[in-house]
Order: sequence, then structure tokens, then C-alpha cells
Amino acid sequence: MFAVTPLGLLRNGPVTDTRTSSRRLPRTASAPAALPPAGLVGLEPEWSRLIDVVESGTAGVRHGWHLLDNGPQLDALGVSPVGTILCVHGNPTWSYLWRGLLTSATKAAASGAPAWRVIAVDQLDMGFSARTRGFRPLARRVRDLGDLTDALELTGPIVTLGHDWGGVVSLGWAAAHPELLAGVMLLNTAVHQPAGDPIPAPLRLVLGRGVLGKATVATPAFLATTLALAHPPLSAAVKHGYRAPYLTSARRGGVGGFVADIPVALAHESRPELDRIAEEVRALAVPTLLLWGPRDPIFNDRYLDDLLERMPHARVHRFEGAGHLLAEDADYSAAALLWLGDAVVPPAAPPVVPPVEPPGNAAAAAGPWAVAGTHPLWYFLDELRDSDETALVDMQPAPRTVSWRLLSLRVRQIAAGLVHIGVGPGDRVSLLVPPSADLTAVLYACVRIGAIVVVADAGLGLVGLTRAVRGARPDYIIGAAPGLMAARVLGWPGRAISTARYPAPMARLLGTRHTLAELIRLGQARLAAGDELPPEPAPSDPAAVLFTSGSTGPAKGVVYTHGQLSAVSRALFLQYGVGVGTGLVAGFAPFALLGPALGARSVTPDMDVTAPKTLTATAVAAAVAAIDATVVFLSPAALVNVVATADALTPADHAALAGVQRFLSAGAPISESLLAQAAALMPGATAHTPYGMTEGLLMADITLEGIRAAAWAPDGSVNPAGGVCVGRATATTRIRISALDASGASAGELSEEPDVTGEIVVSAPHVKDHYDRLWLTERASRRGAVPGERWHRTGDVGHLDSSGRLWVEGRMPHVIVTAAGVVTPVGPEQRIETLPEVARAAFVGVGPPGTQQQVAVIETVPPARRLHRAPGPLAAAVRAAVGSPVAAVLVVPGLPTDIRHNSKIDRSRLSRWATGILSGGHWVKP
Amino acid sequence: MRVLVTGASGFLGRAVAARISAAGHEVRTFQRRPSGLPGVEDVHGSITTGADTPYAGLAYAVSGMHAVVHLAAKVSLTGDPAEFEAVNVGGTGTVLQAAEDAGVSRFVYVSSPSVAHSGSSIMGSDALPASPDQARGDYARTKAQAELLALAADAPGFSVVAVRPHLVWGPGDTQLIERIVDRARLGRLPLLGHGAALIDTTYIDNAASAIHAALDAAERVHGQSYVITNGEPRPVAELLAGICGAANVAAPAWRVPASAARAAGSIIEAIWRRRPDGVGQTDQPPMTRFLAEQLSTAHWFDQRRTRADLGWTPLVSLDEGFERLAAHYRVGR
Repeated sequence: MFAVTPLGLLRNGPVTDTRTSSRRLPRTASAPAALPPAGLVGLEPEWSRLIDVVESGTAGVRHGWHLLDNGPQLDALGVSPVGTILCVHGNPTWSYLWRGLLTSATKAAASGAPAWRVIAVDQLDMGFSARTRGFRPLARRVRDLGDLTDALELTGPIVTLGHDWGGVVSLGWAAAHPELLAGVMLLNTAVHQPAGDPIPAPLRLVLGRGVLGKATVATPAFLATTLALAHPPLSAAVKHGYRAPYLTSARRGGVGGFVADIPVALAHESRPELDRIAEEVRALAVPTLLLWGPRDPIFNDRYLDDLLERMPHARVHRFEGAGHLLAEDADYSAAALLWLGDAVVPPAAPPVVPPVEPPGNAAAAAGPWAVAGTHPLWYFLDELRDSDETALVDMQPAPRTVSWRLLSLRVRQIAAGLVHIGVGPGDRVSLLVPPSADLTAVLYACVRIGAIVVVADAGLGLVGLTRAVRGARPDYIIGAAPGLMAARVLGWPGRAISTARYPAPMARLLGTRHTLAELIRLGQARLAAGDELPPEPAPSDPAAVLFTSGSTGPAKGVVYTHGQLSAVSRALFLQYGVGVGTGLVAGFAPFALLGPALGARSVTPDMDVTAPKTLTATAVAAAVAAIDATVVFLSPAALVNVVATADALTPADHAALAGVQRFLSAGAPISESLLAQAAALMPGATAHTPYGMTEGLLMADITLEGIRAAAWAPDGSVNPAGGVCVGRATATTRIRISALDASGASAGELSEEPDVTGEIVVSAPHVKDHYDRLWLTERASRRGAVPGERWHRTGDVGHLDSSGRLWVEGRMPHVIVTAAGVVTPVGPEQRIETLPEVARAAFVGVGPPGTQQQVAVIETVPPARRLHRAPGPLAAAVRAAVGSPVAAVLVVPGLPTDIRHNSKIDRSRLSRWATGILSGGHWVKP
Repeated sequence: MRVLVTGASGFLGRAVAARISAAGHEVRTFQRRPSGLPGVEDVHGSITTGADTPYAGLAYAVSGMHAVVHLAAKVSLTGDPAEFEAVNVGGTGTVLQAAEDAGVSRFVYVSSPSVAHSGSSIMGSDALPASPDQARGDYARTKAQAELLALAADAPGFSVVAVRPHLVWGPGDTQLIERIVDRARLGRLPLLGHGAALIDTTYIDNAASAIHAALDAAERVHGQSYVITNGEPRPVAELLAGICGAANVAAPAWRVPASAARAAGSIIEAIWRRRPDGVGQTDQPPMTRFLAEQLSTAHWFDQRRTRADLGWTPLVSLDEGFERLAAHYRVGR
């Protein structure tokens, strides 16, 4: 009911600034602590205990507390705890919030894992603790908790866990008990309300004059609203559990008291305490875990930013789709126990094995790279600052040549300008600029001063892009009108800087504070005044956040350090010889931006980057001619159109293309025939297609000849699992396989054994550093425990062959687990696609893993106009091609593919769709 | 081993008796009509207690036996609920009692997956406990009661196992195949919905070999229920097309929305039940709600436990079954 209130109306609303709001609350009677009623779902009666505690600073005033404690259960199991988790609920919940953690902790202890004692308190005036009749401001509550832990005679190590305003109380306790504190965990909370920044609209509404008492005490509205914030909605039984201590207005005094204690104004009595805690948090050196539900109308991401700024060492996981009641929306207890095991009570350390130098032809490569390893990204911008050679060519609107001298100067000017307006190391800058000289200059300026560039491409779609940018929380957004307009309309965070100058009304509309031209001017002035650029960031400093395609769930932010991005450049140099003086047509975004880092001369062809299908053969030829390019990077979608528009090429175009020595189709798998057709346009070139992902951009590589050689098995022996051959590991990459077990999980040790199907796991200097604010995802993506090595689980499944070539058989979530065993989808798809009447096939499982049925979903030649079951002969042909039982063959007009590449088939979605169709459900298109 | 097979004049009962006999066991059968099987001893009688108290016949039939495979039941889509009760529940109780009295040590109760089916689709689940309260229709309800009765009788020295073959078919089947073929021949066989619901069936030889396997395994797997199928679910339309193709009649070409068929089935069922006595008591209604659900929702099962516990795998694939059916019709023409 509150969350829909428009923010603007409240900005001048009736927010009170009395010293406290407590005077406006109805007085409620005192009551002793009590045990919860029996039968609350998920709550074990044996956890509950009552304890009388003397209030410090009084002459023996006692209050009864109710708390949950799994200590007796651990005693009964005969295990001694490694520590205590002290859980503090917020408003208007109670210790019931933490029932999942008590259950999980006891269960984990019973299964032999380290035992954690969990104590979840009901704060005074809340839950089933006493109703004290007094008003308990924040400082009192922090002391109350200390009084309780003293009375409990708790010894360390203690890890605090707080939610909502309980987070603040728990942090206050943590700061006051450094001798006991071993760690801090927080779910959606806040410790700081920036002066002048409005507090969240829902709370402002509740705090309005005449509303507070009614909303929080007289009626259960505040409670009901909070409980309605769960995603998915809470069951009636769980709601009943939350309401149990607050059934009458007499029991809800504390709910109102808590809300009244929110320090909305500087003059509020709890403001100094909040500010004190907020500052002391900075000194907490213990391991910290922040678990966050982004769909929270109260504690939104800006409070997460604030907490991270205070506790930069914290691990963070944002549970996409979860909200304020994170404890109900997501499995926080599993995350908490996992983290405790990693960070607070780590298991015995594995034996240290020194890292092995990656083998390969790195040493054989010529040039300064092999000797010097990697360079900073701006190395050549400094090296070539006096060169009038071409660095960049923009093909649109009209060809425009930028020399190294100019590019280098612009980068330094923009960098200085950014510093001038306050952009500093670690600040995040979202770049919504289409590939161009402007983008290149801004990007290198940002990385030079240690700002982190956030690169989300339009291929994610507007919804995906919004989620990505919001999640990455940029401090600044640099873009042109379309990007900035989207940012403004969709409420993306960050101060706006426009690449172009707009008339004042437009600028106001876009919310821009600065223009690029202004930054250049400011920077010019600073440099002229003799100001130096700030110190260079270190190789271990974060440099960029890129985004995954989102073909499997929401797009994930992937963080690269400077060292890792430099390593990407080095890999491109080693693999494709792109270096100083190379002419590069950059039609594939991530690699395109690295041209200047390689010292290469690059050109962005004339195309709409949001629609790679618009790139024509003529535009490629023009780009090649503009810089005498010898290397061409394109995306598969672009390549399709280039081949389709080849008829328009003039003899001059052909001549230009004939000078190309290498071309690369990157971003998604590509058919041999398409690669061959493209190669025919560039007769002097070797055609390559790399294997990689946002998390590791160049892991393996294969040439057209390599693809042909792989298709031709001299002794007729082809691995029956099938797959797409993606070639051999690149120079600095190692590839291993973790074999699948009978349940389809990749449990096997990392191995190079040929012909074993499993998850593909990679290691390279240019693999990503970590996922952004996705600690659990990051943890799950790591393999191996050798210090200094980073092994990334790709989520792809495949095998190595006896000559070391990698074959991709599908995605891990697409593995089908039948009663007869594990089946990977690509092999059967390839066999089905050998049928002349089949254009494309997807092979998916329906039913529970372990007894799944195999289903083929196909596009036919010619395409079907409507969805239907394959007619008998076609179904029989498909079954014969597959060779193992296929329950059904469905024909669709088109298979669903990912937005970005329009080539990766979404088998998970098809599986869900087929399950519906084949259970007798509605006959809808996939 | 000496084995009594009840209901051996039926399609499945005959196959089971023949299979067990062929395996070298001494087989006696018990039913109202002769089984017509060579090499087995037929005892005629009824399992329902009535004026003629056939218990004597049953007592004779079960005497000296080591094992009983109980198939005799009233299988029908409609009919007098009291009769279902008497044959399926009362009859099973009678046979169980006679077997225990006679010192039989193994008892295989042939049940139906419908005993645990509440009408929603089944996709890959294992045998759930029989549930008379949820089962749809008198047949399923009484079979569920009887299965619970049989499993409750499981005791040391008296090993009871329940097997639930799903949609048994094959050459010579009058229950399923003949009806489909006859209707298709008359152009009265519609597809319900889009015919995409995955349905698993059991070729007759596989059903018989599974029951035989359960008999062999009874002392190891007593007290358990197992669903038995070919483990090859197919869209229902493909199954109908396969059967029609084997019989060389046109496959269903017209559709009835599944929801309409269910509604119509309910009405037809009610009308059938209220028809004046003496009119067409032996025929079956053209559609019942149960049948409409069966033909428009998925029914396929997790066979891993069945195959592992019984040490059994189907020997005849679905497509091989269709070929054998076609051969049967070619000979028959």
C-alpha cells in the first residue's frame, strides 16, 4: 500500500522533524516475556527460552527476553560449537525471521559440518520479549543487546547477523564488542541516511503526522505491508507466524517505537548514535558478508553502496528477484553457513602446490609483449603520444581519422577533466556510448584514472540493461541522448555526462551535469596549469565490469582487473598477431575497444551496433580500405549479413578485402558453411573462430581448416558424444574437464583425459577476476584450490580429444539425465540436422532428472507455418538419426534464441515449453 | 513352483499363465471361463462369494500352490458400483484368505496405475501409494482398496507384491486395441486436444514378463508396489496412429478439445448409468470423464526402481510391438 506512493509528491510532504516521534504514539501497557504459542510453522518449541536481564544503568530494572537458541540441540548431538551467530531482527518482525538458519545450522552440525550455535533474540517490546512501556531509542537498544549477551555469558567467537533496523543494532553491538566479534553478516539494512537525501517514500509516509500511530500500532497495517513484500508471497501459515506476537495493538507498541526512532532529521535524538555506528563500522576489520534483496522499496541498492563504501572488504551477493524479506525470498542460511565455513572458520588449508607456469608458445612470440608480459592498457597511448600515424578511424557519419597524438591528448584531457569533476579511483562509470572515437577516448581516460568502466551493451534488451546498470550502481553515466534518456526514464543511478552538447531544456530533461566537450576544456586547463594525472592504477585494481548475455538467467556483471584486461590484449596479440601497426576492423565490441591497447590502428565499420545484422559487405570493404586492415573482427550475426550482401561488392572492394590476412568471427558458434562463405570474400585470409565467454574472452581457437579437419575422422572414429570442435587452448590458457556423474553434476577432478564428457573448466591470466556483487555465483564458478590459480567453470559441457582439441556438447543446465544415463544435446542435434528436411534442431529433456525423456524440437526446410507434431515418417527419421528413444518430435516455425547473438538456442526454455505441451497443456508457441 | 493364476481367461491373464508355464512352472488357472491354454490346469469358478459359495472351488484351486498371481477383476469404465466392490475388493479378500489358508508363500497382486491417480498429469513419477479417496471412478477406487488390502496381508512367510501394468496392449486385445480399431474404422475416433500428451504403455509380452519377474522377486521385494510400462512414452496421437497403422485403418483425423471431451464424458457417463435396466448392460459408453482425462493428460512413469528391484527390462520395444500387431492383423485378414 505504501510502495506505490509517487516519490515526487512526498518530497515536500509532511515529514516531522520533532526530536523524536515517540510522543505521537499511543501508550501501551507493559507485559512480561512469554513463550510463542505452539504450532508456528518452521519454529521448533525447544529453541525458545526466556531470560531476565537487568537493564544497565538502572537500579536493577529487569526485563524478560525471549530468544531462540539451538545450543541445547547441539549439546544433544554431542558437538561443541565453533562459534555463535547472534541474530537480530528488524521491524516489525521477530526472531521467527531466523528460523531457517536455526534449522540449517543444527542440520549441518548433525551431518558433521562445523557446528554453529544460533541465538536469535526478540528485541525488547518486540516479538515475545517483554513490553517495557519505555521508549527505546537506538542507543538504548544497542545497550539492551549488550546487557543480554552479558547475561547469557556469551563467549567468542561471535558473528552478528542483522536485518533491517536490527542490522544497525547488531552493528552497534559489534562495534562495542571487538573482543568477541569474529564476523559480521547483514541482510538489507542501512547505517546512514545522507543529509538532504530523502528517506524511502514508504517510511516518510508512515512518519507523516497523524499516520504513525495508526499505521504501526493501532492497526496492523505496517506489519501487513512488510509481510506483503515477500517474493513469492508468503504462505498463510508463515504470515500467521510473523503476526503471532503482534495480534493486538497493546503488543504493537514496539513496532511504532521503532519507526518513530528512524532518524529522519539531523535533530533526531537517535541521529548521533546512528552516525557513531556508521563511523565505527569503518573500523570493523572482521570478515563481512552482505546478502541483499534488490527489490526492496525501503533499503534499496544505494544503502548497499553506502555499506560497501564503509566496509570495502565485504563479500556481497545480490539475490536478483529477492526483496526486503530476503530471509524468506532466498536461501540466505545456506549462503551464511557457506561463508562462515570459508571466511570465519575455514577448513584445514589444502597443501600448497606452487602454481605451474602455463605452457604454450608465449615465449616463441615476437615483439615486446613476450618479453615484458603485459602492459598497462594506456601503454601505447603514452608510447605513441607524438606519433601522427593513424590510431582510429570512425566511418560514420563521415570517415574521420584520429592520430595517436590526438587520441593520446584527448585521453589525458578527458582524464584530467574527470578528475576535476570529482571522478576518482574505484568510481564506476557506465558507458552508454556507441563504438566510436569518443567511446575509445572516454574508456581509456576512465581506466587511466582508476575509474571502473561499466560496459553493458544494448544487446541485453532494455529490461536486461536496466537490471544490469542498476545492479552495477554506476556513479556516473556517460552517453549520448538515447542512452541518457533511457537512464533518466528508467531511473538508472549515476550522474549524467553527455557526449554531445544539447540545448539547455534538453540537457535538463536528460539530467546532464556535464558534456564531454566541457570535460576536455576542464582537463585542458588543468593540464595547462601543470597538474599531473593521478597515479596509475595497479594491475590488481578493478578496471571494468562487462555483462554476460543473460541467456541463462539475469545478465551477470563480470569484473576484470587492469592486469586481466591487459592479459586479454596479450592473448589477442599472441593468437592473432594484432600489435603495433596492425590495421584492425573492429566489428566485435569487447575486442574492438582493445585496439589502442595493442598499439593497433583500428576502425569501426559503418553499422548500427545495436543491430549487428545491419553490417554490409560494402561497409566492411570500406573500413578495410580506410586503414589497410589486415585483421577483421566480426560477430556471427554481422557475418550473416556480410555474406548476404556480398553481391554489391565492387572490384575495388574485392581488392581491399583481398588484403585481409586474418578474420575472426567471435561471440557465438558459427557454421562451417557460413565461415567458408565469409572466407571466400577474403581469399587471402585465415578464418578463425574463438571459443570463449564474457568471463574468459579467448579460451580456444580454431581455423576453418581446423573445423574441416575435425569433421573428417580418418579412421571413422568420432566420439559418439558428438559436439562442436572449437579447437585448441590459446597460448596462455589451460583447459580441463570435470567429468559428469550419474546425476549430471560436474563432480570429477579436473582432468585432461580424452573422450571424457564433463564441464569445461578454464584457467588463464585473462579470465575474469570475479562476478560483481554475486559472491555465491563467484564461489560456485571457481574450481581448484591451488593458490595463485584461478579456474573458472564455464558452464559448458564437452570433452577433449586425443589431440587436445576441445569439443563443446552443450550447456550444463541443458544436460539431459535419462534413466539410461547422461545425454548432452549437441551430438543428437547434429545427427538430426543431417536430415535434409531439418534446418535446425534442439534436443531437450522433459520430466524429472534421472528419468527424463528425450524430445526433439525442430525447424524444418521449408519452415513450418505453425506448431505441430512431426508427421510419422519425419518422426521416424529423427528417431533413427538419434539412435536412442525419443519420446516426441515437435516442429516449430522458429526456435527461441538469445537476444544478443540470435544464435544460442534457449534449451531450458524449450524444455519447460515442451513439458507443458507434452503434459497435455496449452498448445502455445515456444 | 506351483502357481495359481486367477483371471487367466482375460487378455493379460492368459499371457501371464502362458509365460509362467513356459518358464517350467506348474500352472493352475481359476476363472469363470476356460483359459484355453495348453499345458495348464483350468479350474472354473468365481471369486465373489454368493449363493453358490464358490469358495470351495477356490479352495481347491489354491490347494498345494506355492504362489498366486491374482488378476481376476471387474475391468470396465462404467457399471454397478456394488459389483466393482464385490469383485475387486471382496474377491481379492477372498483370494488372499484362501491363499493364506492354503499355505501359499508368494502373492502377486496385479493392480493398475490408476489406483494412485487423481486426474492430473503424471510425468516421470514412481508408484505412489494407492489412494481410494483420490482415485477416479469405481474401477480405480476398488482396485486401490484391493491393493491396500493385499499389501496389508504381507507378512513373514506370505510375500505380497503389487504390480501396476499401465495400458497393456498387443495382438488379440479386445479391451483397448479392438475398440480403437473398430472406432477408427467407423470414423468415430477423435483426437482429444492436440494428441501431444505423452503416454507410456505396456506391450503384452512385457507386462507378462514383468509379472513373472515380480513372482520370482516376491520374497525380496514384498510389500512394494511397482508400475510397469515399456518406458517409452509417446504422444497419444502417435500411439493411436501406430495402432491404426498396424490394423491398416485411417488414424484419427479430427479433434475434440480436451475440455469439451471431459465435459461430454461426464454427461455420457451419467446418462449411461441411468439407462433403464436391461438395455445394453454389457456395452461401454463412447466416452467417460476418466477416459477423456486418460487420453488428454500425460501418463508416464519413473521405471528405474521397477527395473532395478525386479531385475527386469522390457524385451519388446514399442515399434517392435506395432510390427507384431501389424503381423497379427495381416494374418487375420
